[in-house]
Amino acid sequence: MSVRIRILRFDPSQDERPWWGAYEADVEPTERVLDALHYVKWYRDSSLALRRSCAHGICGSDAMIINGVNLLACKVMIRDLEQPIVIEPIRGLPVIRDLVVDMEPFFAGYKEVKPWLIVDEDEKEPPRERIQSQEDRERYDDTTKCILCAACTTSCPIYWADGKYVGPAAIVNAHRFIFDSRDRGGRERLEILSGKGGAFKCRTAFNCTDACPRGIKVTLAIQEVKRAALYDSV
Amino acid sequence: MATPVREVYQTHKPRAFEADRNPSNREVWWWFFMRLSGIVLFFLVLIHLYIMHLVDEGVERVNFAFVAERWDNVGWKTFDWLLLVLALLHGANGLRIIIDDYVQSPGKRAFLKGSLYTATTAGMIMGTAVIVTFDPRVGG
Repeated sequence: MSVRIRILRFDPSQDERPWWGAYEADVEPTERVLDALHYVKWYRDSSLALRRSCAHGICGSDAMIINGVNLLACKVMIRDLEQPIVIEPIRGLPVIRDLVVDMEPFFAGYKEVKPWLIVDEDEKEPPRERIQSQEDRERYDDTTKCILCAACTTSCPIYWADGKYVGPAAIVNAHRFIFDSRDRGGRERLEILSGKGGAFKCRTAFNCTDACPRGIKVTLAIQEVKRAALYDSV
Repeated sequence: MATPVREVYQTHKPRAFEADRNPSNREVWWWFFMRLSGIVLFFLVLIHLYIMHLVDEGVERVNFAFVAERWDNVGWKTFDWLLLVLALLHGANGLRIIIDDYVQSPGKRAFLKGSLYTATTAGMIMGTAVIVTFDPRVGG
C-alpha cells in the first residue's frame, strides 16, 4: 500500500527556514509510522534525520507530532491514521535537524528533581535489602512507567511559553520518589518543586495526560505533588 | 547563507529549569489562596449579582438611599469589602501568573507587573476607604 507522508524538514546548516517534504512510502496498513519513516530514509531520502532505538515503545526516542498529536512513531499503526500523515518534531525544544530535537533542557529539569533514591546517612551501611509492602509500592506505581520520551513535556502549553518550567515529565519522576516509602528525599524535592518554575506553574491543561504513550495520569501526579507540597508547608 | 550547526547552536542556548537556590513556598500559598478564594468568590459573586441585578428593577433602583440603607448594616459592609479584596487579589494573582508565563523580557515584565500591583493597591485603598468612611446620614 502506498502511503502519503509530509515531514517538516529543517537542517540549520543549510535551510533558512523549515520546509515540508512530501514522500510516498510503500508500507502495509498494519505497519507503524516508524516503518514508513524508515522507508523514506532508506529508499527515498537518506538525509532525513530521526531518532529511534528499540522501536517497541520502551526506549522513548521517537516521540514526534503525528497528525498534530504527540505520539511514539513506533506505537502508531498506519491504518489508524488519516492521509497524508503529517509529521513534525516535538515542540518546545530546539530542533537540531528534521525530527531530532535537543533534549538537554528536558533532561536538565529531570536532573534537578534528583530522580534517584535518597536515604539517611545511617541507612547506607551495612548494605541491605529495603523491604516495602505491596500497598506502599502501589502508591507510586503509575509514575514508575515513565520512559522519558518527552511527549508530555513538549505537549504542555506552559512549557512552550516558558522553557524555565520544569515540565510534567520531571514532576512525574519526582512523584515516583516522593511517594516511595523507602526514600527520604521527599521534602528536598518538594522544596525544589515549590520554587520558581516548579510544579505550581502547572495550569492543569491536561495535554500531558493525553500525550503520555504509557498512559500515566500525569496531571493527577502533578496535583498530588502540589498537595504534598501544601501539606508539607503547613 | 549556510551557517555551521555549531554556530547556530551557540547563539540559541536553550532555556532550562534550574532549582531555586533560595527555595520559598510563596507559590504554594498563592496556589492555595486561589482555590479558597475561588470557592468563596463563587458564592459572593452570585449573591451580589442576585441583589444588584436581578431582584426588583435590578441595577436601575440602585441610588444613594439604596446604598445608604444597605451599608447601615456592618454585615453588608463586610460582605462588600470581602468581595472587593478577594476579587482584586484573585484577579491580580491570575494576571501575575499570565505575565510570568508569557512575558519573558525583563523590561516588559517589570512594567506590566509594576502597573498591575499599582492598580491593585489603588483599587484596594480606594474601595476600603469608601466602605470604611461611608456615612449613611450625610446630607441629612
